[in-house]
Amino acid sequence: MFLDGFGPIILDGAWVTLELAVMSLLVSFVIGLGGAGAKLSSNPLLKGIATLYTTLIRGVPDLVLMLLIFYSLQIGMNHLTEWQGMEQINLNPFVSGVFTLGFIYGAYFTETFRGAFLSVPKGQIEAGIAYGMSGWQTFSRIQFPQVMRFALPGISNNWQVMLKATALVSIIGLSDVVKASIDAGKSSYKVFFFTVVAGAIYLILTSVSSLVLMWLERRYSTGVREAEL
Amino acid sequence: MIDIIQQYWKAFLWTDGYHLSGLAVTMWLLVVSIAFGFCASIPLAIARVSKSKWLSRPVWLFSYVFRGTPLYIQLLFFYTGMYSLDMVRDVDILNHFFREGYNCTILAFGLNTCAYTTEIFAGAIKATPYGEIEAGRAYGMNKFTLYRRVIIPSALRRALPAYSNEVILMLHATTVAFTATVPDILKVARDVNAATYDSFNAFGLAALIYLCITFILVALFRKAESKWLAHLRPMKA
Repeated sequence: MFLDGFGPIILDGAWVTLELAVMSLLVSFVIGLGGAGAKLSSNPLLKGIATLYTTLIRGVPDLVLMLLIFYSLQIGMNHLTEWQGMEQINLNPFVSGVFTLGFIYGAYFTETFRGAFLSVPKGQIEAGIAYGMSGWQTFSRIQFPQVMRFALPGISNNWQVMLKATALVSIIGLSDVVKASIDAGKSSYKVFFFTVVAGAIYLILTSVSSLVLMWLERRYSTGVREAEL
Repeated sequence: MIDIIQQYWKAFLWTDGYHLSGLAVTMWLLVVSIAFGFCASIPLAIARVSKSKWLSRPVWLFSYVFRGTPLYIQLLFFYTGMYSLDMVRDVDILNHFFREGYNCTILAFGLNTCAYTTEIFAGAIKATPYGEIEAGRAYGMNKFTLYRRVIIPSALRRALPAYSNEVILMLHATTVAFTATVPDILKVARDVNAATYDSFNAFGLAALIYLCITFILVALFRKAESKWLAHLRPMKA
């Protein structure tokens, strides 16, 4: 039998892990773009908030933040619903996992995008304005395609770190691939074997994503000349 | 928050009354695993850049596996996985070693940080300017002397910024230690949470302690960089 009959459970877990990672990537991507915009803006309040956010989040371990946000989110919701006189809303662990991870890695993405935005030469933006493009047009036609190129190495790095951080969500009670393999190991008395299986699944995920990211990097650097070493 | 600090500050910082706990344990984990990783990664980095495939391939595989899997799974592997094997339990010395959460944690952390540090150092060694190596050869240094006097000192300096990152990431990674029953800061915070149900303050206090350690480490590495990378600073006019 496929993995002693535990195959389907483990594959389900792997699917949850992948979904979680991709959804949190989307959330942190959006937060990162917004955060980079705030950090580069001339508004001191926005700048201050974004700087506080990236400094605090990047200075505290992700597991501590996960426990902090995950538990406090539910308690905060309870206070809110109680105060409003509504019935208690139980947060879906998957959704709060996505938002927790997205919120944490959004700080790392903010720094990545900030650096990338700064790498786009000013003259190009001025040229766009001189051609009469609106703010959105200069952003979508000139800045964004180049920001993606400059940000890709950082994005790849963040993605790999985030993918590995999803292993921690089993600690806050999500049934991901780690939880599934721990359970399978406990009930089959083959703990060693199933830990290796979980590790192998992660290794496959990171290897595949590094191939995809290499392809993306090639694609986004079309037309960039590099000196041969 | 004040109540929690008054009641648990000792447990957070060094002892819960019976054993060491909290900050002391976290720092101990960090220092021991970083020291182990540093010592092991220098020879491994030299092997990693070696021309001989028999030396470089195994090191590449080691770092690929340890960098491609989460630390939490590595800890589970050494803590619950190894101990579930009859082979390990039947041998007295292995049985003693893997029964202790501390030993497994240090082993997993040390190997993990060693893999990352090896890549950092290997990259720095590869980036050595060829002139420095040729100059060493011209002076008649043999390979060992060349590494000891020229390549390693300059590579370690160049690796300092990336290495400081790795140390801080390692500090953040020590938080999974509580899953192997090691009473680090997070374990104390979880106990406080279980006793008081005040999640926000319990974990918030832990977050503050970690934040302080991170800031101190960053400051120390800044100091180290300004000392050892002084020759790379732009000259003042």
